[in-house]
Amino acid sequence: MRKWIYWLVAIAALAGLQASLKGLIGAYNYQIVILVGINIILAVSLNLINGVTGQFSIGHAGFYAVGAYASASVVFYGGPSIRAAVAFLPAMAQDGVLLLMGSFAAAITAGLAGLAVGIPSLRLRGDYLAIVTLGFGEIIRVLILNLDVIGGSRGFSGIPQLSNFFWVYLAVLITIISIHNLVHSSYGRAFVSVRDDEIAAEAMGVDTTRIKVMSFVISSMFAGIAGSLFGHYTMYLHPNSFLFTTSFNIIIMIVIGGLGSIEGAVLGAILITIILEVFREFGAMRLVNFSILLVLIMLYRPQGLLGTWTLFKKRDRAAPAN
Amino acid sequence: MGILDIKACTKRFGGLVAVKDLNMALQPGDLYGLIGPNGAGKTTIFNLITGVYAPDEGSIELDGTAIHRWKPAAIARLGMSRTFQNIRLFQSMTVLENVKLARHMRKKQGLFDAIVRTEKLKEEEKEVEHDAYELLKIFNLDTRAHELASNLPYGSQRRLEITRALATKPKVLLLDEPAAGMNPQEARELMRLIQWSRDQFQITILLVEHNMQVVMGVCEKIQVVDYGETIALGSPREIQGDPKVIEAYLGGA
Repeated sequence: MRKWIYWLVAIAALAGLQASLKGLIGAYNYQIVILVGINIILAVSLNLINGVTGQFSIGHAGFYAVGAYASASVVFYGGPSIRAAVAFLPAMAQDGVLLLMGSFAAAITAGLAGLAVGIPSLRLRGDYLAIVTLGFGEIIRVLILNLDVIGGSRGFSGIPQLSNFFWVYLAVLITIISIHNLVHSSYGRAFVSVRDDEIAAEAMGVDTTRIKVMSFVISSMFAGIAGSLFGHYTMYLHPNSFLFTTSFNIIIMIVIGGLGSIEGAVLGAILITIILEVFREFGAMRLVNFSILLVLIMLYRPQGLLGTWTLFKKRDRAAPAN
Repeated sequence: MGILDIKACTKRFGGLVAVKDLNMALQPGDLYGLIGPNGAGKTTIFNLITGVYAPDEGSIELDGTAIHRWKPAAIARLGMSRTFQNIRLFQSMTVLENVKLARHMRKKQGLFDAIVRTEKLKEEEKEVEHDAYELLKIFNLDTRAHELASNLPYGSQRRLEITRALATKPKVLLLDEPAAGMNPQEARELMRLIQWSRDQFQITILLVEHNMQVVMGVCEKIQVVDYGETIALGSPREIQGDPKVIEAYLGGA
């Protein structure tokens, strides 16, 4: 019961901020806040594969793209009929329904893509898996580049703006809580066991291939949702938004924050997004300065800023009541 | 019918015959020793039984089910658990989590329960944690339950591996050199523990060990292998007097 009250409070707070935030911090900062939210979803979800399950994927932008285009297509082509079906609702609620349907389609499509990539490739380890996922990301991008129904190389324009601070941060909350719960369940222990020692995990009855595919699919679904929110905020999608550098930026976020830590992924996403914005004033030197910063962090804090520190230590490590 | 039946198993690696025409029959409740000189094929036999390798010929049955084409995880679920010669704990997990993981395969919670953290899941987590604590208490590890497994001293890590294996509620437990690296005091303690676990949990134990004091002291039946073939089978007393065994260990005259 208490759970629902927390959710109601959170939704009210988000709605309140939604109404006032843009006026308070200005349109430019508002856009950065949105971008931070989307990157948090991407980083926290990728952390499930790379940090918790210990598989090295560098194709997260691929799933992000699949979600973005799937949702945009559903809303662009199916929007009028969906709106007609829920015409009795006020306009804002109609937008919400559209966005939810788009995001649902995004999650399913990205999840299926994750399944299709995961089943054959998760038998591979380390570098080999990294190469396959990198290849997958590029295949998706080139595929989109050549699909005219979704804009091809011209980009997909005319996507209605449906997402905003409220939806993005609601998704952020849902992502963080879902993945936190998952990591602290029996499944979470299975994920970590695969990371620590696959042979021992198998001997303890953990079907390691299944667990890896599971973590991959769940992570992809959240990346798909992030894509949906992104497309419906910028109203325009282009394959160049989903280059492999996008995947690398997400990896940087989770490594800087501390691989395996959800709090670290959140912190990393916030820092990297803001730093990349702030460094714009360096112009051409932006990425050079960014790289120097990364090198320094890795030199002085190789375990990431937060390491394996977690906010929730007390609850998880409490002694059992007998 | 035995609990673990190995019939005419052969395993080759290229031209090398690692295990040749091996037969082994364990009855429920057996404390069975498998010994042999270095390179005799003991670890290969363990890997065959646990599904890491599939035999080229022959069959392996666990409690009447043929398992020699199964994956290790499936065999574990059917009731086989093991420890490793070189300790394989989950280093980044706590002692308690290591034991709790062993229950993953018997979980009732679904993915949805885990993500939403339903009441059903909390109940199950509580039960799993309680059981894990009980087991840790038996093995004197409960005071260090929240330490990382990698921080335990060597002897405790060995004990934790056995605890973790027992937590899967196996029918057959395979111990791969559990006394390796232990001092005589620790080895004596281990022998007591092995016997006690067999009686308490009513399981069958197959033991590979180099420490003869442990093998002779704890096993009721011993099978000796050399070059992948069985050279002797019997009680510790019979084995000790067997000329073939003496020859395999000390070299022929």
